Amino acid sequence: MIKSYKFRRVLSNTLIYILLAVLGLIWISPLVYLILHSFRDEGLATVSYLIPKHFSFQNYIDLFTDTASLNFPRWFMNTLIVAIFSCIISTLAVLMVSYSFSRLRFKARKPMINIGMILGMFPGFMTMIAIYYLLKAMGLTQTLVALVICYSAGAGLGYQISKGFFDTIPRALDEAATIDGATRNQIFWKIILPMSKPIVVYTVLTSFIGPWTDFILCKIIMGDNVNNYTVAIGLQKMTSAEFFTTHFKRFLAGSVVVAVPITILFLKLQTYYVEGVTAGGVKG
Amino acid sequence: MNYLEYMQLNPFQKFGYNIGKFFKAVPGALKKFFCAIGRFFKNLVLGIGRGVGNYVSRFIKGDWATKLSYIVMGVGNVSKGQVIKGFLFLLIEVGYIMYMVFFGGAYIAKFGTLGDTARHMETVGGKHVTVAGDNSMLILLYGVLTLVLTAIFFVIYIANTKSAYKAQQTVAAGEKPIGFKEELKDLLDNKFHTTLLAFPTLTISVFTILPLIFMILIAFTNYNAQHMPPGSLFTWVGLDTFSEVFKLTDGGAGAASKGYTFIELTKWTIVWAIFATVLNYILGMIVALMINKKGIKLKALWRTLFVVTVAVPQFVSLLLMNQMLAVDGAINVLFKNLGIIQESVAFLNSTPLLARITVIIINCWVGIPYTILITSGILMNIPADLYESATIDGAGPVKSFFKITLPYMLFVTTPYLITSFIGNINNFNVIYLLSNGGPNDPNLYQAGRTDLLVTWLFKLTMNSQDYNLAAAVGILVFIVCATLSLITFNMTKSAKNEEEFS
Repeated sequence: MIKSYKFRRVLSNTLIYILLAVLGLIWISPLVYLILHSFRDEGLATVSYLIPKHFSFQNYIDLFTDTASLNFPRWFMNTLIVAIFSCIISTLAVLMVSYSFSRLRFKARKPMINIGMILGMFPGFMTMIAIYYLLKAMGLTQTLVALVICYSAGAGLGYQISKGFFDTIPRALDEAATIDGATRNQIFWKIILPMSKPIVVYTVLTSFIGPWTDFILCKIIMGDNVNNYTVAIGLQKMTSAEFFTTHFKRFLAGSVVVAVPITILFLKLQTYYVEGVTAGGVKG
Repeated sequence: MNYLEYMQLNPFQKFGYNIGKFFKAVPGALKKFFCAIGRFFKNLVLGIGRGVGNYVSRFIKGDWATKLSYIVMGVGNVSKGQVIKGFLFLLIEVGYIMYMVFFGGAYIAKFGTLGDTARHMETVGGKHVTVAGDNSMLILLYGVLTLVLTAIFFVIYIANTKSAYKAQQTVAAGEKPIGFKEELKDLLDNKFHTTLLAFPTLTISVFTILPLIFMILIAFTNYNAQHMPPGSLFTWVGLDTFSEVFKLTDGGAGAASKGYTFIELTKWTIVWAIFATVLNYILGMIVALMINKKGIKLKALWRTLFVVTVAVPQFVSLLLMNQMLAVDGAINVLFKNLGIIQESVAFLNSTPLLARITVIIINCWVGIPYTILITSGILMNIPADLYESATIDGAGPVKSFFKITLPYMLFVTTPYLITSFIGNINNFNVIYLLSNGGPNDPNLYQAGRTDLLVTWLFKLTMNSQDYNLAAAVGILVFIVCATLSLITFNMTKSAKNEEEFS
């Protein structure tokens, strides 16, 4: 009896191992394909076999040196600049809003939280035409400044995750500090922020990653100004019919260059991500 | 049922009871939701009434300076010694009047018609000259801007009357009104929220709220390719755009009807959202269960294998998938090598059915790791004795999944499910980057057979410039999503227990 139970368990575990291996292979293979073929030396865009025959760094070298028609290094720098600035502004905005909503009590708090929630429910790019004309009226279209504005202007609406974090810090701390004569301003900078390092790091990194992965907004704002593209639309341009044959391998290389750092960051941060998504989304 | 009776139930019945209770709560939640909306409007009306009452009573009780500051802002403060504050109020009033006279007023005046003279040719001294005429788009945009600024000015104006009255009361009580320096200091303490929220509120007003009002108003105009400023004008048409969306019959023979397109895309959007949500949820949970099963080694490795796909930026993985699914792409090569197919298949561009199945499957590839990530922790919390007693009672793994895991998870993660359902209704990236809506269908207006409502919205704005139609579709999508998520929000505990830790 015991033996057969053990046998059944071994059998089921083996089955699970096999299933997991097959599924894991399916999930990881597109990414393996991406990496393998980014080193492919021979052939043009696509080849009729799965594993490349010759490997080299040529695609990566071309990507960064051959800037005549599509200037990837420039796109990379654009994205870096935009990411740094919008990261600073959005982080400040998010922390300011979430701290006010979490720790401070004022009359307009509840209405403002509700308005923020409702605003978040409109399809995001419904407003893009209006934003485009607003930026045009300011003479900013097709510039990097416009991108920074777009990425950071609405950042304050993404306050939920860090508000959830601030909510867990005991209010007794604030009260003690107030009794000791600290102003709200001092409490924010000297007590709450130092205690909230994880959530600050999370906010900084997510707002830094944003511009690297956003797509639609940038495409609308930049139009045909190829020089001010960010990596996301730049890479999409490489897969367009016009450049497909000559640039597809470079697209693969470029994707690896962009995806590897982001992937590593995400794997480091996944616990925060889970907390963020499940906060308010799951009943405890 | 009382507590004792509940305790006597076996675990399964307890779950059944809980699930039943949950679904019975839905109508109640709906009712509460509509009551809340009603209460909101009631409070709004009452609040306005109270505000007007206070406004008038302050005026009656006020001295000459307070009364004067109802017209010339800041006088009350200046006369009580708060000079800088008073002058700031005055400066704002002067600025607002200047703005209205030199810029905003003209746009507001034309707001009702959105302009009456289009660009046209005129003969001036024997020469033909183009006269610019009105630009409806700018009138609408700056009109909304002026309205928003007016609202902000109104708030400041009311604050001015309050401040004047307060200063008067302070003086009457024999005290000195607080100086400007103290007031600034207060901005870092008692009024710290004003300091913190000023900048985000400003940017959100200009770049989110203003565009939103603009787009909502667009839905009630005839702003489309036939009415493009600056060449021609557009104007208010009321609900015509919405009736066009709901009109089923075709106007002209052969032309694609917008109403038909809307119905077709709505059907597909719902089918897509259901399949994408349910498949991802159940399959993801099964994989998570397998990874977390007792006795399975290398858990971290298995997890990472799946989670990596979440981490890779979506545009990279989806553009790559798009290329791999092409006629000469890697998947066709693989299938040919394995002997599954002889001829290359255009997965995304042959028949609607194949394309739809493909995007749903690819979406599983994208979505299942998310479910694994989210549910792993919760799955671990299901009491192990439930499974043990089920095994003793002779239930196999399939049965215990459907009788224990699924009910438990449904009970705990319903809010997450609804959020991801809404997310899938708005799943722009997957469709846009993967199939771009294809295969196209001449019977659909500006859309393909895998287009969702949101991608249609995008195409309507970018390709055919049907701005009014796009705005109307956006509003309809918003209504559906907002209703769903408000109900969820009302049902979750987290909303009620916000101050639990305080």
